[in-house]
Amino acid sequence: MMERNKMGMLLFIVSEAVFFILLISTYIFYHRQGGEGPTAANSLDLLKTSIFTAALLASSVTMHFAVSSAKARKPRGVGLWLLATITLGTIFLVGQGAEYLGLIREDVTISRNLFGTTFFTLTGFHGLHVFIGLVMLVILLGLALDRRGHPLKAPAVEVISIYWHFVDVVWIAVFSVIYLWAFV
Amino acid sequence: MSEAAKSHGTLTSLADIKEYRGVLSWVASIDHKQIGIMYILSGFFFLLVGVAEAMIMRVQLARPANHLISPETYDQLFTMHGTTMVFLMAMPLLFGFSVYLVPLMIGARDMAFPRLNAFGFWIYFFGALMLYFSFLAGGAPAAGWFSYAPLTERGYSFDHGIDYWALSLLVMGAGSVATGINLIVTVLTLRAPGMTLRRVPLFVWMVFINGILVVLAMPPLNAALVMILTDRLLNTHFFTPATGGSVLMWQNYFWMFGHPEVYILVLPAFGVISEVIPVFSRKVMYGYGLMATSTVAIAFLSFGVWIHHMFATGLGFAVLYIFAASSMLIAVPTGIKVFNWIATMWGGTIRFTTAMLFATAFLIQFTIGGLSGITFAAIPLDWQLTDSYFVVAHIHYVLLGGTLFAMVAGTYYWFPKVTGRLMSERLGKWNFWLMVIGFNGTFAVLHILGVLGMPRRVYTYPDRPYFGLMHSVSTHFAYVLVLGLLVFVFNMIWSLFKGKVAGPDPWDAWTLEWTTSSPPPPENFERVQTVRGRRPLWDLKHGAEAGAGKEGQ
Repeated sequence: MMERNKMGMLLFIVSEAVFFILLISTYIFYHRQGGEGPTAANSLDLLKTSIFTAALLASSVTMHFAVSSAKARKPRGVGLWLLATITLGTIFLVGQGAEYLGLIREDVTISRNLFGTTFFTLTGFHGLHVFIGLVMLVILLGLALDRRGHPLKAPAVEVISIYWHFVDVVWIAVFSVIYLWAFV
Repeated sequence: MSEAAKSHGTLTSLADIKEYRGVLSWVASIDHKQIGIMYILSGFFFLLVGVAEAMIMRVQLARPANHLISPETYDQLFTMHGTTMVFLMAMPLLFGFSVYLVPLMIGARDMAFPRLNAFGFWIYFFGALMLYFSFLAGGAPAAGWFSYAPLTERGYSFDHGIDYWALSLLVMGAGSVATGINLIVTVLTLRAPGMTLRRVPLFVWMVFINGILVVLAMPPLNAALVMILTDRLLNTHFFTPATGGSVLMWQNYFWMFGHPEVYILVLPAFGVISEVIPVFSRKVMYGYGLMATSTVAIAFLSFGVWIHHMFATGLGFAVLYIFAASSMLIAVPTGIKVFNWIATMWGGTIRFTTAMLFATAFLIQFTIGGLSGITFAAIPLDWQLTDSYFVVAHIHYVLLGGTLFAMVAGTYYWFPKVTGRLMSERLGKWNFWLMVIGFNGTFAVLHILGVLGMPRRVYTYPDRPYFGLMHSVSTHFAYVLVLGLLVFVFNMIWSLFKGKVAGPDPWDAWTLEWTTSSPPPPENFERVQTVRGRRPLWDLKHGAEAGAGKEGQ
């Protein structure tokens, strides 16, 4: 039988996936009903977003190496790879913040029209999940650096990594639906 | 007497357990039994609150053109009554039974995630308080328990009632998902040696499937609640038609949650009935495998029937036909269960204890509720009856005559296990007959009122032939029902102190929770023997060679 923490996290992710499927469906449903005003095609910057998307995708790779190091009982490796993951995740969030700031300066806000409503709700909830993931990663890093207690166990890193990969997969879906769809 | 009971001396009441002394031992508890008890007590408390709200409405409706309360108050009352009964009474009651019983039934020490279990309870508790705080904060929500858009938009609901409603449901929804996950993982990972999934009690099966329903059905509600909150607080446009939003989207998302929710509310009740009926019929449950698989079928189908709540919204006929068919189909696995319970009783040596009486009433009343439910799957009948008192009668037959009666049966059955004392059977008989007469008298007549065209959710009505009479009949029987409930509450309190000492196994039952002392010690069991069949305690009492407990090998 699967380890229980892992099973709990997987079930949580199933639940979260349903939540995001509904938010994404809502975005798709309202995509053509925005009326006049800002749309994905005329307000978003595909290139800039692609750059911080790359950072998030790369963070999944570094997270994977953190898990391998934990399994190989290399605490130094765990610490370094976790630090890299946190850095890349932070780059993504800063990029998203900069994007929001630019949009709001152009008066593209959550209350402007249906595009703003669905765009900010969907990307905002994804950003919130990245933020929560970062908090968990920082706690993991703290545990990894703490030499007094028991060494960090591999399942703990693995369970958080499942969440982190999930957040990454959600972003691939969100990025495809919002950014790529707007420019085809 | 079991090993655990011996080591604890003679446990005969909760007061004998030193780990449970003091308020802090409850507030800071991560023991599934204490959390289960707190869930159940909160559920019963909000049952009384919800009943009080219902009674004010019934008194208002007792005669035509009555002006006891204003329409605004009436709207708040039916909204709070519905929300309370579904989210603050039924869900915690079912979760309470689940987290209390599942570890005991599968021979485990506690839940898989004890801290998450405590989190689930406390977030529910404070979410419930937040909902009721709305009365002090300018007015309770008044848009009905399913809060249709655009009634919930700021233009129609000015005060903060809807904000409290959405926020507290969101908070409680998160807690429900946590508890659902916890129950699934507990069932899958903590079963005693030999306790395969083909041998767990049917209650555990129902709770397991229920956990899956909770994990999949709460997110649509949470997503919809988030949208309603941003609409109200951040001026977004999800449900505002004037700016392109769609009010039907709320209905879709809400009922994507709402219909599975109906089964979330009834599956644990099915589980209780599947434990009570075999023990008091002295027969093995008929069709164990079919009971489990029909539950899986119900869970699967319950996600494909939600449009039948929206037949009157003008969707295309193709959609209506598909959902009419799926809604008819879901009656099949439910029907299988009813036949299995009857087949279990058939030819058995039935002992009509109070628990068994309530289980029998459940069977009849739930079947009536199920049959009136099928009328909503028939499109023309649905168009005629939707939004009428027929719906009110239906939902109360299913959730009050069904779920609540089953939970009362479960309370009479497991009260001795939880507290160490038997509930009074004498008061129990009074409790039963008052509730059965009161319940059927209150709600049977509402079917006719609905057919005659009485709309639901109006605070009063004109003096049309027999309308006043029927409402008056309903109100008077409601007093009887309330009396029955008060006898129930009194019986629980009286029996807690004065009830007969139950001993570990007062009903001569056969599932694992009856092998330990009543109440169980904090560690539940000292040792669980390898399980060899569906009725481990029967095997212990009669020896495995008796063979009668060897199912599921």
